[in-house]
Amino acid sequence: MKVIIKCEEANHTCDKTQYKEASLWEKIKLNIHLIYCVACRKYTAKNTKLTRAVDKAKPKTLGSQQKAKMEKALRREISK
Amino acid sequence: MGSEKLFPNTWVSRYADYLYNYTIVRVNDHEVAQDLISETFLAGLKSKDNFKGEASERTWLISILKRKIIDHYRKSNSRKGKAEVRMSYSDQDAEGDWLEERVKDPFDKTAEDTMQNEELGLAILGCMDTLNEKQATIFKMKTIDGFDTEAICNEFNITPSNLWVIIHRARKSMADCLETNWF
Repeated sequence: MKVIIKCEEANHTCDKTQYKEASLWEKIKLNIHLIYCVACRKYTAKNTKLTRAVDKAKPKTLGSQQKAKMEKALRREISK
Repeated sequence: MGSEKLFPNTWVSRYADYLYNYTIVRVNDHEVAQDLISETFLAGLKSKDNFKGEASERTWLISILKRKIIDHYRKSNSRKGKAEVRMSYSDQDAEGDWLEERVKDPFDKTAEDTMQNEELGLAILGCMDTLNEKQATIFKMKTIDGFDTEAICNEFNITPSNLWVIIHRARKSMADCLETNWF
């Protein structure tokens, strides 16, 4: 098993970590990569910040059904 | 005349969530918020000739929405105004009662906290405008609605690695956008 990974893989693991979908082994490899890679360290920091911001603000979305309803009402008016 | 133009066809997909987050903290009722937003879009369409193109589409829609929210409160106030009951905890006669109501709750979120979170939420949704439509939809589903990777892949008929590429690009531009607009 390879311990050293490329930046591409490191970023992918970093993305997965934001959704708690990375395995322990993947996370270990990512952290080893972060020791020597400045660019990925920066990306990881930014990415984590984004996750924290979303967690904190908890923006809500309208359901797709409700949006479809609005869309329909609007289209009806547009085509008039 | 400014250079901004209106594209009513894209309003729902681009601004519905933004307007919803703006409304829900102000009216605190899902159904009412939905109606107000729907009305806003229709009103915007009707008065689209008044759009001078100086503000962005979103700002313009928000200004219509603001008026709709005020109207909503006017209406509901005139309806229930007659049966209003006023309660005052610092009444002279009821001395000593309701003391716990007057004690500050240390676990209560301050108004500033809530307000800041609301602004942050709007900043996040505002930044989604920098993504293309597919990116924005998938990013929202994954990050805000918390859908499974598999569910999203099935819906859009893409492979997981496609999905992660989209997510990666979306997160990158979202992070950059928030970096300049918020942090």
